[in-house]
Amino acid sequence: MLEVRDLSVSYGAIRALHGVSLRVERGEIVTLIGSNGAGKTTTLRAISGLVKAQAGTIAYEGQSIAKLAAHEIVKLGMSHAPEGRGIFPLMTVEENLELGAYIRHDHSEIAKDREMALTLFPRVRERLKQVAGTLSGGEQQMVAIARALMARPKLLLLDEPSLGLAPQIVQTIFKIIRDINQRGTTILLVEQNAHMALQIAHRAYVLETGAIAMEGDAKELAKSDEVRKAYLGVA
Amino acid sequence: MDEFFQILIATVAVGSLYALIALGYTLVYGVLKFINFAHSDVFVLGAWTSFTVSVVVLNKIADPSGVTPWWVVVVAFLSAVTVCGVVGYCIERFAYRPLRKAPRLNVLITAIGVSLLLQNVGQITGPAVARGPEKTSIKDGQTVTQAGDPLATVPFGASPKSMPKLIENVVLNESVMQSGNLAGGAMRGTVVFDKPVTFSEGRQYRLDVTRTVANADGTTRVVVEKLNLDAEPGTFEPGTEIRTTPRRTAAELQGSTYELIRSPRVPIGLIEVIIVVVSLSLMVGLQLLIFRTKLGSAMRALSHNIETAALMGVNTNFVISFTFVLGAVLAASAAFLYPMKYPGLNQTAHGIWVLLGLKAFVAAVVGGIGNVRGAVLGGFLIAAIELFGGWAYAPLKDVYVFALLIAVLLYRPNGLLGRAVTEKV
Ligand SMILES: Nc1ncnc2c1ncn2[C@@H]1O[C@H](COP(=O)(O)OP(=O)(O)OP(=O)(O)O)[C@@H](O)[C@H]1O
Ligand SMILES: [Mg+2]
Repeated sequence: MLEVRDLSVSYGAIRALHGVSLRVERGEIVTLIGSNGAGKTTTLRAISGLVKAQAGTIAYEGQSIAKLAAHEIVKLGMSHAPEGRGIFPLMTVEENLELGAYIRHDHSEIAKDREMALTLFPRVRERLKQVAGTLSGGEQQMVAIARALMARPKLLLLDEPSLGLAPQIVQTIFKIIRDINQRGTTILLVEQNAHMALQIAHRAYVLETGAIAMEGDAKELAKSDEVRKAYLGVA
Repeated sequence: MDEFFQILIATVAVGSLYALIALGYTLVYGVLKFINFAHSDVFVLGAWTSFTVSVVVLNKIADPSGVTPWWVVVVAFLSAVTVCGVVGYCIERFAYRPLRKAPRLNVLITAIGVSLLLQNVGQITGPAVARGPEKTSIKDGQTVTQAGDPLATVPFGASPKSMPKLIENVVLNESVMQSGNLAGGAMRGTVVFDKPVTFSEGRQYRLDVTRTVANADGTTRVVVEKLNLDAEPGTFEPGTEIRTTPRRTAAELQGSTYELIRSPRVPIGLIEVIIVVVSLSLMVGLQLLIFRTKLGSAMRALSHNIETAALMGVNTNFVISFTFVLGAVLAASAAFLYPMKYPGLNQTAHGIWVLLGLKAFVAAVVGGIGNVRGAVLGGFLIAAIELFGGWAYAPLKDVYVFALLIAVLLYRPNGLLGRAVTEKV
């Protein structure tokens, strides 16, 4: 479904990615783990068109999307919940959700997806009329994911959905991510929390200083010594 | 008290114009977070476009009756809106967009550059687009025909011009005191009423006279004339002669019907009403656009975060262009209305325009830059401070405005309706 080949991205003189290749098949949860500054966010931003690739190709459902603008990529069925949530703080939760469905015109279907998202996140339903900036961090994260779902994406990119959340809420969020996947949405998940990410993912990539260091089945990677030492905090 | 209400009316009219201009600053700030210093120059361009188009059209149709057809107004308005909209689009597309990722200071300096460019190109005297009548003179026994004086040029040149009167500023709240039949007075330039009339102090009176005049070819036509009355306060019985200007002979007035019109204490002019109605409709329309439409919610999303808006599928370049054009169109509307009230047009780089633009900018800041309702509130507030302050002590009229700015910045740095945005991370 998504095929990234030899992707290189620079910010001015800083080379953030050099030659990243990864692949996501339909129906999978693929996770991209790595330490701070490894280039995880940059990879997602390149895929969704927020930064331009210096080299490499990005193909989505067989079509090259490296040259497309971010808003055109959304229309192809890819939704990106950015790092740090990126909700619209002065707008209500309701308006945030509406913006998630910005590209769509099928009102009755939008209503269905809204209902589904609110069933996944009952907390969001309670806060619909509230100004989004006044929500707690965890609630904002839920809004960000619910909003991404409003586009009815085929591929959902999630950038650190567990960032800064209490362990209980992290559990909830990961359970919901798995639910979303089981309802048929393919997911590319960027996480610091390698432990949780490897539990729910089918396959995983480990990114180190801008290049893929390891890849493979999530359960097997979780057992490997390198990953256990570097990312799971096991001595 | 009368004066108070007169100033109040002027405040509403001038305030709407400030608000319209302030909205342009605030809209652009909202999406791109910088002050478009060229905005007031787009306004000036609108005023000059409206002037130039009116002069050209009036010159072409050259109606000797001097009555301006209504469509000239529409043409002048649409030209100002179109020219400003296109220029607004180009400014964003070619001056600001290449700097989208550049430091804020670079953009600011570019904005000042664009502003200076517009000001200075505007005062070049270009080729004439409308000329007065040809002049003939006899030189060395030969008749020489010279082209008429230029009435309007593009670019506009450095000399001040006066906006032609497109709409007569009719006073709307005049009252008809009485009507009847007129006897001409005994003297030329006097009238005698058929009923007693009472004139009171501090009012103006006018006589609208309708009479039938015989044409040279034996037909007749109806003439309506407005005569001013030299009226002293007091009551005058029928038979008293009252002076008029212009002066008409008794024979001319004999048998005419008249309406005696009294000026209101607080006149409300048609132009003021047009200014307020047009401005308020535009503001209401803008409000609906921003808060009730999809495009509006895209604009608001963009003002929080351009990248996240793009991730929602918002075509950010389009929305930014649209916002610039919208701001320019509002400025053009103000620019079309402004010379109806103040017909004197100074050259594009004149300090008067700079001060006007600055006041509208202050209005946007006082209301809370980036906040649409704030810009409207600020516009009316600045006009009120300026006009009522000027009433109290005229020489400090501009000082009050900037004193208000300082006070607001000290006590409410985000403006009256502005909110400090705190984002949770
Ligand atoms: N806008 C930018 N300008 C310059 N350098 C940047 C920019 N964004 C990221 N970088 C650099 O690129 C590298 C990769 O950053 P990126 O945000 O992709 O890391 P990450 O893996 O998402 O890290 P984290 O886990 O902390 O979110 C870092 O060295 C970072 O400093
Ligand atoms: Mg990151």
